[in-house]
Amino acid sequence: MQFVKEFRNPHLAEALLAQISHVAGRIGRTRKHPVTVMEVCGGHTHTIFRYGLDRRLPANIEFAHGPGCPVCVLPKGRIEDAIAIAHRPGVILTTFGDAMRVPGGSGSLLQARAAGADVRMVYSPLDALALARANPERQVVFFALGFETTAPSTALTVLRASAENISNFSILCQHITIIPTLRALLEQPDFNVDGFIGPGHVSMVIGTQPYAFIAQDFKRPLVVAGFEPLDILQSLLMVLNQIEAGDARVENQYARVVAPQGNPAAMAAIGRVYEVREACEWRGLGQIAGSGLQLRAEWSRFDAEKRFAILPHHLADQEQCCCGDVLTGRIKPPQCPAFGQTCSPDHPSGALMVSSEGACAAYYEYHGVGEAA
Amino acid sequence: MCLGIPGRITAIVDEQAMLAEVDVSGVRRQVDVLCVAEPGKPLAELVGVWVLVHVGFAMSRIDEAEAQETLRLLASMDELAGELDAMRNSARV
Repeated sequence: MQFVKEFRNPHLAEALLAQISHVAGRIGRTRKHPVTVMEVCGGHTHTIFRYGLDRRLPANIEFAHGPGCPVCVLPKGRIEDAIAIAHRPGVILTTFGDAMRVPGGSGSLLQARAAGADVRMVYSPLDALALARANPERQVVFFALGFETTAPSTALTVLRASAENISNFSILCQHITIIPTLRALLEQPDFNVDGFIGPGHVSMVIGTQPYAFIAQDFKRPLVVAGFEPLDILQSLLMVLNQIEAGDARVENQYARVVAPQGNPAAMAAIGRVYEVREACEWRGLGQIAGSGLQLRAEWSRFDAEKRFAILPHHLADQEQCCCGDVLTGRIKPPQCPAFGQTCSPDHPSGALMVSSEGACAAYYEYHGVGEAA
Repeated sequence: MCLGIPGRITAIVDEQAMLAEVDVSGVRRQVDVLCVAEPGKPLAELVGVWVLVHVGFAMSRIDEAEAQETLRLLASMDELAGELDAMRNSARV
């Protein structure tokens, strides 16, 4: 209850919760199983736990925490690729802070730094490019990750490097796209999610049209949502209203930021710089065809994999961890045997424990170890 | 990385390179404004505009009330300080 007081409008929050409860009651009269709604984005997962929204839901409504945290789905092998490059002579390897803590096979990038590699945290790919300008005798590599939210920023940085003819800058590209992964999840026969809360800032770039297949082919509603607790409650209500009415449509609750057509300049940058990477690995989910981005041949001089002739590492996920089952909504974090035992925010073995947007880290922080859902 | 942080554009740094200065809760930094610029219009019209900044790129225009509310929310989620630290501590030289 105390969380609700922090809302922009506590009365509205209570009113939304009451409406959710009414719709849930009506749905519950016609179906035995609970309704599962997946929030795709890690930012939404964080808001849900931070404000205890999951604890305020009726008994027959559940959140499943989806795969939309790019740090959480970083495969171990890719971390090893980054570490291998970081140990090359003369290299400065840069990346976002969260990515530095993700465990690979031989440790994290932070541990590689402790072992002597020059690994630096940057806030922006622009800062990595600035490092390259300031250190012309060094090779500066940006380990680029994220969904369509951050893919344009890396693309525009590559175009800038090209325009300025900066030859000591390259990227290790681990940008991924959410649509093929949602399709792969929906094609799994035991995937029992009834509707989606769609990512806000991915949609800010790609718009709402790419989700149409979810409604048309898979008959699930999807509502693009903002990041405030009220946004999430309102979006959940919109999903439940559709489920009650037997509808499956794409709706946009976050119209104040998300235009139906997305951001044309950002999409143009993505299209100009990247092409689809056929085989792309996700931690916990395995290979998902067509879900990655790589530099087009035209920009291959900025491709760190080529520049350093890296043979990509492929490493199995941590056996003990059930990251994949959590990511697909099959289990809640405490049902994983490693949760809170061998895997905690201070010593993460699965990546869902690393980022504050990961379901396991959020669960650990706000529910503790001993508490089941 | 994914949440984005609201800032107000205070000056155009380089019209050609599409770079502007943004004030994010008192921290100033250069951001790329290509994705929020109106094609064909001078960048000067962006001064004073609030934008959502993702990893150094303005990705969406937002209104001021929305920006203030988002900043308040980020602060209450303990996300604001982390983002500002990441901006301040970013390696650049």
